[in-house]
Amino acid sequence: MKNRTTVERKSEREVVVTRTFNGPARIVFEAWTKPELFKQWWVPKSMGMFLRSCEMDVRVGGRYRLVFGHDASNTDEFFGRYIEVTPHSRLVWTNDEGGDGGPVTTVTFEEKGGKTLLVLHELYPSKEALDAAGTGAAEIMSETFEQLDELLVNLGASVGPS
Amino acid sequence: MVQYTRARLDASFAALSDATRRGVLEQLGRSDASITDLAEKFHMTLTGMKKHVGVLEQSGLVTTEKLGRVRTCKLGPRRLEEETAWLERYRQLWDARFDELDKVVEELKRKERVDGRKKRE
Repeated sequence: MKNRTTVERKSEREVVVTRTFNGPARIVFEAWTKPELFKQWWVPKSMGMFLRSCEMDVRVGGRYRLVFGHDASNTDEFFGRYIEVTPHSRLVWTNDEGGDGGPVTTVTFEEKGGKTLLVLHELYPSKEALDAAGTGAAEIMSETFEQLDELLVNLGASVGPS
Repeated sequence: MVQYTRARLDASFAALSDATRRGVLEQLGRSDASITDLAEKFHMTLTGMKKHVGVLEQSGLVTTEKLGRVRTCKLGPRRLEEETAWLERYRQLWDARFDELDKVVEELKRKERVDGRKKRE
């Protein structure tokens, strides 16, 4: 059975996402820190986005850079620095694409009985910044739903009433 | 949904279960009003209206501000639909990501088992 993802807005500037994974922390941690693995899940197909490149230098002070976009002339970049790297238990990084004052992301991996509880915590500099981020995610998701709607319409048309 | 939202939803639904309070929300949707205005409009005592506004305030649907001797009521910054929609969309984004991560974890576990067998052989 699929594990539940929960989202909680802890305060005006913080949001916390949790999910349990059916595997040991070392494996889940590996999937967050090896670019070739990270690329496989960070951009789900349902997001309708394409990850052009993914560089990650996972050590304290190391940088990461994600480049999205369907062609080289129209790309979106996300980048920042790792502040804390504790193998199999904790990762902290900055999100610097928006200049100073981007959120800080903390991910903890807690293993229990062969499963891993993952907690992702994002701390934004202000309430407004978090609201805007939520809107960004909302836009991505509504694009996805539009694509899904389109697909359903096409499917409906091809099946049609007999 | 999440605990935080559930508590808030409970408070919101309790607030909305009363016809006068729904009327007050509609009224405040048109313009801010003092408790005295609202009491007059809904033919109530000041004390009765204060109680209703108190319930709405606790649910976050309404905020009040006292200026001099007049307490002005307005719709809260967090509307019910906005709040839940925001969280739900955020959750969907992460849920989609984590469904994919599940697959990666399964694949890595499978590889480990295969490698483990190879080592023993």
